[in-house]
Amino acid sequence: MAEPFLSIQHVRKSFGTNTVVQDFSLDVEPGEFVSFLGPSGCGKTTVLRMVAGFEEPSAGKIVVSGKDITRLKPNQRNVGMVFQAYALFPNLTVAQNIAFGLKVAGMPKADADRRVAEMLDIIKLPQMGDRYPYQLSGGQQQRIALARAIAPKPKLLLLDEPLSALDAKVRVSLREEIRSIQKKLGITTIFVTHDQEEALSISDRIAVMYGGKAEQVGTPFEIYNRPATKFVANFVGTLNVLEGTVTDAASGKVRVNTQEVSLKGKLNGSKSGDTLSLALRPEAISLGRQPGRDSSLSGEISEVHFLGSVIRVRVGIGGSTVSLDTFNSPATPPPAVGEKAEISFSSGDMLVLH
Amino acid sequence: MKTGRFWAWVVFALGAAYFFIPLIATVEFSMRMRRGTYSFDAYQIVLGDARFQATFGYSVLAAIFTIIIGVLIVVPAAYWIRLRLPQLRPIVEFITLLPLVIPAIVIVFGYIRMYGSNSPLPFLASDRGTDLLLVIGYATLALPYMYRAVDTGLRTIDVRTLTEAAQILGAGWGTIITRVILPNVLIAVLSGAFLTFAIVIGEFTMASLLNRPAFGPYLQNIGANRAYEPAALAIIAFAITWGCMSLIQILSRFAPRSANRPN
Amino acid sequence: MTDLSLSDQTIAGKTAPPSEARALRLPTQWLGVAPFFIFAIMFLILPTLYLMLGAFQNGAGEFTLENIIALSQPTIVAAYWISIKISLASSLIGAFAGLAIAIAIVRGGLPEWIRSATLTFSGVASNFAGVPLAFAFLATLGRLGLATVILNTVFGLNIYAHGFNILSFWGLTLTYVYFQIPLMVVIIVPAIDGLKKEWGEAAATLGATQTQFWRMVVIPVIWPSFLGTVILLFANAFGAIATAYALTGSSLNIVPILLYAQIRGDVLHNPHLGYAIAFGMIVITGLANVFYIWFRTRSERWLK
Ligand SMILES: Nc1ncnc2c1ncn2[C@@H]1O[C@H](COP(=O)(O)OP(=O)(O)OP(=O)(O)O)[C@@H](O)[C@H]1O
Ligand SMILES: [Mg+2]
Repeated sequence: MAEPFLSIQHVRKSFGTNTVVQDFSLDVEPGEFVSFLGPSGCGKTTVLRMVAGFEEPSAGKIVVSGKDITRLKPNQRNVGMVFQAYALFPNLTVAQNIAFGLKVAGMPKADADRRVAEMLDIIKLPQMGDRYPYQLSGGQQQRIALARAIAPKPKLLLLDEPLSALDAKVRVSLREEIRSIQKKLGITTIFVTHDQEEALSISDRIAVMYGGKAEQVGTPFEIYNRPATKFVANFVGTLNVLEGTVTDAASGKVRVNTQEVSLKGKLNGSKSGDTLSLALRPEAISLGRQPGRDSSLSGEISEVHFLGSVIRVRVGIGGSTVSLDTFNSPATPPPAVGEKAEISFSSGDMLVLH
Repeated sequence: MKTGRFWAWVVFALGAAYFFIPLIATVEFSMRMRRGTYSFDAYQIVLGDARFQATFGYSVLAAIFTIIIGVLIVVPAAYWIRLRLPQLRPIVEFITLLPLVIPAIVIVFGYIRMYGSNSPLPFLASDRGTDLLLVIGYATLALPYMYRAVDTGLRTIDVRTLTEAAQILGAGWGTIITRVILPNVLIAVLSGAFLTFAIVIGEFTMASLLNRPAFGPYLQNIGANRAYEPAALAIIAFAITWGCMSLIQILSRFAPRSANRPN
Repeated sequence: MTDLSLSDQTIAGKTAPPSEARALRLPTQWLGVAPFFIFAIMFLILPTLYLMLGAFQNGAGEFTLENIIALSQPTIVAAYWISIKISLASSLIGAFAGLAIAIAIVRGGLPEWIRSATLTFSGVASNFAGVPLAFAFLATLGRLGLATVILNTVFGLNIYAHGFNILSFWGLTLTYVYFQIPLMVVIIVPAIDGLKKEWGEAAATLGATQTQFWRMVVIPVIWPSFLGTVILLFANAFGAIATAYALTGSSLNIVPILLYAQIRGDVLHNPHLGYAIAFGMIVITGLANVFYIWFRTRSERWLK
């Protein structure tokens, strides 16, 4: 395996007695787009700021291209950073903002001007060079901030919740724009967010963080479909959780309510009589028996929400409720509340949470 | 970072020294009246002086009237500008800044020449008239502070929406002003009032040139004729100013926070 | 012809009622601001204009430039000059010292209580001017003042023997600074608070040193508030009289004291010369403000 571009090694950070990051490790490949995803206060910003050089790790190392930068000052690290609140310099025009990093690096004016024009093109705001930040919308300001960060060709781009101050539509279009610019320039990027959809849609890999630790690092597909911990499973996506009791550990039989399902090979280590949390994604469940689904449970429909192309149905099974989505087909009427129903799924899709 | 903090401490320490040494020196000086020992004699003499009581009372009264005039002029104007005449804001702000640019001595000089005994509006012909002119002069001096305080208060409560909400609920103007606006800007008005008080209580120039028996000229007179009493008076004046500012700070904790823009 | 006049009339008929209503509504619209404007005109603007006009009139009410020309007599010029020097010195010293203190308490990493204590104290000290301030400085740096005595007995430094005098230019400047610094602190702290922490961090990630960041962002951003406050401090010192009068009597010949003496006793033996002196004071503080406004509109396009 090639040497990682950025390597965060066993980094810890305490503020006084309060340890907010504990033993965080992560390797990032060149050109990779990695998201930090986690609830508020879990230490995402703190890790990012240690990479940028604004916080000094209490322990551990940060290595870029084989060089230990743990003690380097922020202005010597050659990283670009985009902040949640844009942080454009109010006294400088858009063009001067973008040129800031070039100017302090001593780039000749003509070259800098050319680079600024190039940047304005990339972010699709070619006419805005002479405006002042207060004359721009939030989305425009954030694009300028992005252009400013990447203008000096940093080795590493850090974005701390760059989209959370924007409204929903702009958020979606800008995240795609960020991703496409990142791909085009091939710049290694760390993107902090607490919006799982954002992380899932644009990342090469996601580090799900909780309590100052990386709970799981993996591709969006892995994180979503094979969550390693209960926290990850719950935090990413919607999850139906059912309580089950192991009745026969050897053959993988588990009792849910009064019914039995077979989870062969998934119980790793549970004994008969143990209670388990079993989880199913809504999209892994179908209404009625379906070919190819090896397990089923029966219950009663408790809620029906018509959402347009999709109908969300809730089915009560014993004490728990399971959500599932069916496609709306104009030919068949939607299920009715109170009907008996059977749900089916593949036992392979069932997640056993530890 | 470390050196930054070091220099911050140095700057702070130098500043603290410059500001505290005169206060300490004045306290020390004010207690030196009795030979060989520290005493509060100077304070006793000053506080027992009938002229002190009379002039201080006069200035307190003047301050109260100044506040009343200031409120009556500023509150309706600031409210009305927020509500109906925002186009006047630049003019009004300019006017309220004038007293910071035109020295008090010039303003009072203008009064003396314009409102003398022989003028169409002979304020200076009687003592009462002169008192009124002094209070008016004080109100001009306090105008910038009063206006700013009230305007800030009105901004945080978003008067326009409040007024419209009250109108929709069927409130008349009297109700709106007394039940909706005044309670909400009361804190701001009081802050302006205490600041006015602090400015007016020891004011010298206007009172002296209008020949009124106010606290400022009394202070000056004592300063010219006594040794230890002035120091005691300086400490008393400092305490009064401190009291006014503390009241403003305490009040600001009760100020309404804007509902639209939290924090 | 008839048609035209008819249609004219109908138009007039249609438009008249609304305009009448507006004319009727106008006074009530203005009622709320009327007291303010009447007050400002009667007690702020007219008296000032009266003096300014008087500066260009002689005793008989005729137009003349003699009063203005008479300002050039040495005592008056000297008075203006020393006033300008004291105001400039105290406003500049106050401004830079105040700025340094403000930066120290906002950005210096000092404990939070220092910041709030300093702000509270500044609110008090900026209003602690006039006669009592003079007393405090006499008690400190007068011939028998505590600092004078301690410097003499403990450090063997007799400042009066070295030419210091509280009744002098430096004495007065040092005294004025006592209210100038806190005034600067009170006004400039919000401006420094307005500097976002992220700006510094953004600049650092872009490779800027602390000095570059200050030169390219911090100073340009706080400069307008700073300059505005300096002008305010200047005007504040230029018009101040109580402190100087209580401190020095009439021994220090500054403009406000000269004007004070002139108002009380016509010491210059020409009533209209008083107008001219007042006019000169307004011109100087006014010019300072005009300069500030000009500067601000010219170079600060980024301000909303
Ligand atoms: N300078 C500091 N001093 C003390 N504690 C801090 C400091 N900075 C952060 N913390 C604490 O560290 C923890 C993690 O903070 P961090 O900002 O990294 O969270 P985050 O994951 O970025 O959260 P959010 O999604 O809300 O931005 C928080 O509990 C916070 O209170
Ligand atoms: Mg954060």
